[in-house]
Amino acid sequence: MSSNKKVQELKKRREEVQQGGGEQAIQKQVAMGKLTARERIIKLCDEGSFNEYDMFVEHEARDFGMDRKTLHGDGVITGTGTVGGRPICIYAQDFTVAGGSLGFMHARKITKIMDHSLKMRMPLIGINDSGGARIQEGVNSLAGYGEIFFRNTLASGVIPQISVILGPCAGGAVYSPALTDFVFVVDNISKMFITGPEVIKTVLGEDISMEELGGARVHSEITGNAHFFSESEDECFDQIKSLLSYLPWSNTDVPARKEVMEPLEKYNISEIVPSDKRQPYDVRNVIRAVTDGSDFFEVQESWAANMVIGFGTIRGRTVGFVANQPLVLAGVLDVDSSDKAGRFIRYCDAFNIPLVTLVDLPGYLPGVDQEHAGVIRHGAKVLYAYSEATVPKITVILRKAYGGGYIAMNSRHLRADFVFAWPDAEVAVMGPEGAANIIFRKEIASAEDPDKMRAQKVQEYKEKFANPYVAAAKGYIDSVIEPWETRKSLLHALDVSGEKSVGMPMKKHGIPPF
Amino acid sequence: MSNKENISKKDQSAPPMESLEIGGALYATRLTNKFRNREFWDKPDVKKIEAIIPGTIQRIMVKEGVEVSTGTALLILEAMKMRNEILAPFSGVVRKIHVKKGEMVPKSYLLIEMD
Repeated sequence: MSSNKKVQELKKRREEVQQGGGEQAIQKQVAMGKLTARERIIKLCDEGSFNEYDMFVEHEARDFGMDRKTLHGDGVITGTGTVGGRPICIYAQDFTVAGGSLGFMHARKITKIMDHSLKMRMPLIGINDSGGARIQEGVNSLAGYGEIFFRNTLASGVIPQISVILGPCAGGAVYSPALTDFVFVVDNISKMFITGPEVIKTVLGEDISMEELGGARVHSEITGNAHFFSESEDECFDQIKSLLSYLPWSNTDVPARKEVMEPLEKYNISEIVPSDKRQPYDVRNVIRAVTDGSDFFEVQESWAANMVIGFGTIRGRTVGFVANQPLVLAGVLDVDSSDKAGRFIRYCDAFNIPLVTLVDLPGYLPGVDQEHAGVIRHGAKVLYAYSEATVPKITVILRKAYGGGYIAMNSRHLRADFVFAWPDAEVAVMGPEGAANIIFRKEIASAEDPDKMRAQKVQEYKEKFANPYVAAAKGYIDSVIEPWETRKSLLHALDVSGEKSVGMPMKKHGIPPF
Repeated sequence: MSNKENISKKDQSAPPMESLEIGGALYATRLTNKFRNREFWDKPDVKKIEAIIPGTIQRIMVKEGVEVSTGTALLILEAMKMRNEILAPFSGVVRKIHVKKGEMVPKSYLLIEMD
């Protein structure tokens, strides 16, 4: 038995460390509208489940007076806990301790918990709130970042990795989040950039605030670096818990089954999609019309909104949805939406989550900016990701599926397992307007009334090709279904593909166009 | 169908529909800010020499009206601690110099016009 005195010493030491950077620094943190690192972990983990590791770690820096400084926990709290009853690894940088700066031991605590999460096959959650590299520790600090990035990469596709940006995350530090699966940001709190406003102003003369440069909204709407945006830290933690509820704990696991429910009646699938293919609608309502309880957990809601991605469940099983969104930019494929879909497809494939693709797109977005931004290379990501994916892949063609867009959106040709189409589906090499203009160019040009002739030819083409039956006649579409049969068809498809097994040629890894 | 009303009500608070032409058909849809703010392509004008990178005019080696030959250094644009020599892309006359020594310029800023 330890003597009472020794127990008292332990208690005293623990208390000291738990004060982080001290009362004053904590006040500052609070004044910025932020929770402390310890509060964050406690809020995110199930009550009483957090076990701290490496509480008494100390830094070894000697230069610049660092030998006289004690940094509690070296500015980061690490450990394990549970979320929804399942174990996770977590670390939270403590901004109250030397600005959460990353030194050698700080990084070693993080890499230790990362190794643990990979070894034990459980998700890793990293909470970032740091001023950056601890300059006093020189290249050791850079080494620390490198070791973290390396582990992020090794763990990629093996365990879910989640980054939460709850403060500054600048310079090289941004690359750990960028290498992880999902990045969470909070309005007015998260700041991510490679070079900050001061440097940009000095070097380039461009005057921009931190928020405008790399705030939560910027990364949620413009860059696509963030996947989930929230107004508060509490809301952010709820989002993380929700996300985890859809995921398996590793790539050898399957997601836990959720409660089975019917979709809500208000999402009447037969009334959501207008027959006139030029009329918009919110494709998310089609998703809600087929998921349990009409639940849809959307990823990257505000970025590249012409493509919708996210999770839902069908009879308790997690499904990844990829859908063109006619409500935004007519649902076209472009640089950003291809990037968005491509990565999500690979995510679902890595984690054994079946893919349901809802197709309604007029094609690719025309424009010099798109061509010069490399829409060829980015668009190829969608083809690559679908072709490579071996999870069950189900497609429903709701309305338009033209040209390259038809091929890209998980067509039979990319090894889709099931392709359904609604009666309004138009599967063709291009839309009737474009096709008629090309095929009947001479007739239209030489007609007395070209507009009338064009309309007539468009109609002719429409009747002949703008339907699902030409593709169904070749077996590219397995079955044409009424909208109300969609959930039933998806259920059936999922039921029969439970034991799906397909191979890939032996290779070290492919070379996706990124 | 009170539930259905809920769905459409939600849509009403959102921005109004605009239109986008793809493949000869006009689609009613919403446009994004990113789409609206996209840069339109202009045919590059070789006579207009623009900043290749944001930076500071460190030195100007020519004067308006002088004749220069292809490859003559016109000015030095310092950016990221590198002194970039901006060279004449063709033989001709320096018509107008739009910058002064020490001036900080953004990317694509018009520096010199030649003829």
